[in-house]
Amino acid sequence: MSNKKNKKLTPVQQEYQNLAKAKEVKRNVLKNSLKAFLVGGSICVFGQGLQVIFIKYFKFTEETAGNPTSAVLIIISVLLTGFGVFDHIAQWAGAGTSIPVTGFANSIASAAIEHRSEGFVLGVGGNMFKIAGPVITFGVFSAFVVGIIKVTIKWLGGM
Amino acid sequence: MIQGHQSWVFKSKPTILGCGTVGGPFEAKGALAKDFDLLHEDIWVGQDSFEKSEKKLLEEACQIAIKNAKVKKESINFFISGDLMNQIVISSFAARTLNIPYLGIFGACSSSMEGLAIASLLVDNGAAEYALCGTSSHNAAAEKQFRYPTEYGGQKPPTAQWTVTGAGAAVVGKGNGPKVTSATIGKVVDMGISDPFNMGAAMAPAAVDTIEAHFRDLNRDPSYYDIIATGDLGKIGHDIAEEILKKDGFKFQEGVFKDCGKLIYKKDQPVFSGGSGCACSATVTYGHFFKEIKKKKLNKILVVATGALMSPMSYQQKESIPSVAHAVSIES
Repeated sequence: MSNKKNKKLTPVQQEYQNLAKAKEVKRNVLKNSLKAFLVGGSICVFGQGLQVIFIKYFKFTEETAGNPTSAVLIIISVLLTGFGVFDHIAQWAGAGTSIPVTGFANSIASAAIEHRSEGFVLGVGGNMFKIAGPVITFGVFSAFVVGIIKVTIKWLGGM
Repeated sequence: MIQGHQSWVFKSKPTILGCGTVGGPFEAKGALAKDFDLLHEDIWVGQDSFEKSEKKLLEEACQIAIKNAKVKKESINFFISGDLMNQIVISSFAARTLNIPYLGIFGACSSSMEGLAIASLLVDNGAAEYALCGTSSHNAAAEKQFRYPTEYGGQKPPTAQWTVTGAGAAVVGKGNGPKVTSATIGKVVDMGISDPFNMGAAMAPAAVDTIEAHFRDLNRDPSYYDIIATGDLGKIGHDIAEEILKKDGFKFQEGVFKDCGKLIYKKDQPVFSGGSGCACSATVTYGHFFKEIKKKKLNKILVVATGALMSPMSYQQKESIPSVAHAVSIES
């Protein structure tokens, strides 16, 4: 907890927070990072394998093979989400499954399944991007900012 | 009858005539499975939404409680119920089915003992001949409202807790059975914890405050009870509460100070810090403890149900988590 946040608390609250902090079970950062590295890495190796297959057997080029590769990864993670397996893998793998495209697919599919009971329009349609929405919003915005910077540099004769 | 600042002593000894407890598949694999009246193997309970399944659980628990109490549904004067869902729809919808005059309450997970305290007060004062109190929670429905979709692959920290899928209800009246002897209504306590994945630590100070108020008001000490059980603090919150109580000079004998959230599941179940939810304290009290008292294995118990009074919006607005705890003593 930051000190700035702590300042607003009364001394009694601060004392309690220290006690609670001490009792909190620490997350094993090293173990979690290792798991995430192994699972995330395996997903990437698998994706690389898919890309090679698409290039070798389906006449894709190195540039175009990325699209079918992510599509296959997305389909697999959506299926695993639907069968109720993904969240169990993710609890073990942590960032390993949430950072690759698999995590993004899972966040959309899980929200869509969850809100099916409120109907297709308001339920599925309205809530599908509940978790993924911020990623898209700020992703698009960052791309815009980076784009502007690139154009400016070009205009100044930088590139 | 008021005693001290915030406790009621029930002179006419209102009795828990009968209880009903219903659980889901995860509870069926838990440590107290044999104490449930009805266990479902499907979290949907044959319904098409999690909210409807929770309503079904509450209705079933109430019906079983009425049956076990051997009273007619029509003779029950009031139904007091609360749950975690927005606008306590589960309780209100169950009340629609039951067709009993209804008082909806909200104390988050402390609703179980809040309901029992009010029901006992009504019966004690002669404001009701029979009162039914109930509460429910559903793991997937609670996750949906408070956290992320069920199938979302977000990693939970070790301080997280597992919401119990189930419902518990009790009929209070005059007759034979375990007596509700007193109740202490808690203050809202906020120690500034704002992590919704650490409810145990947020609620522990409220439990401590209510337990100390109970002993102060009734002039008792922990040795009076065979069991003092907090509602759903989990391992972390319960540890904190025990440490503060010990520091404040309350001594517990081995095995007296327990937590429903720690009792309900087996050690090998992946529930992180322990069970939580309205149904946690309700099913453990109305199922496990009630049966133990009837078997004379326990004589005097104090159940301190704890509730975190936050909403998904309040924590997004960076508010801390205020908590409350209500204590009810049950004696054979």
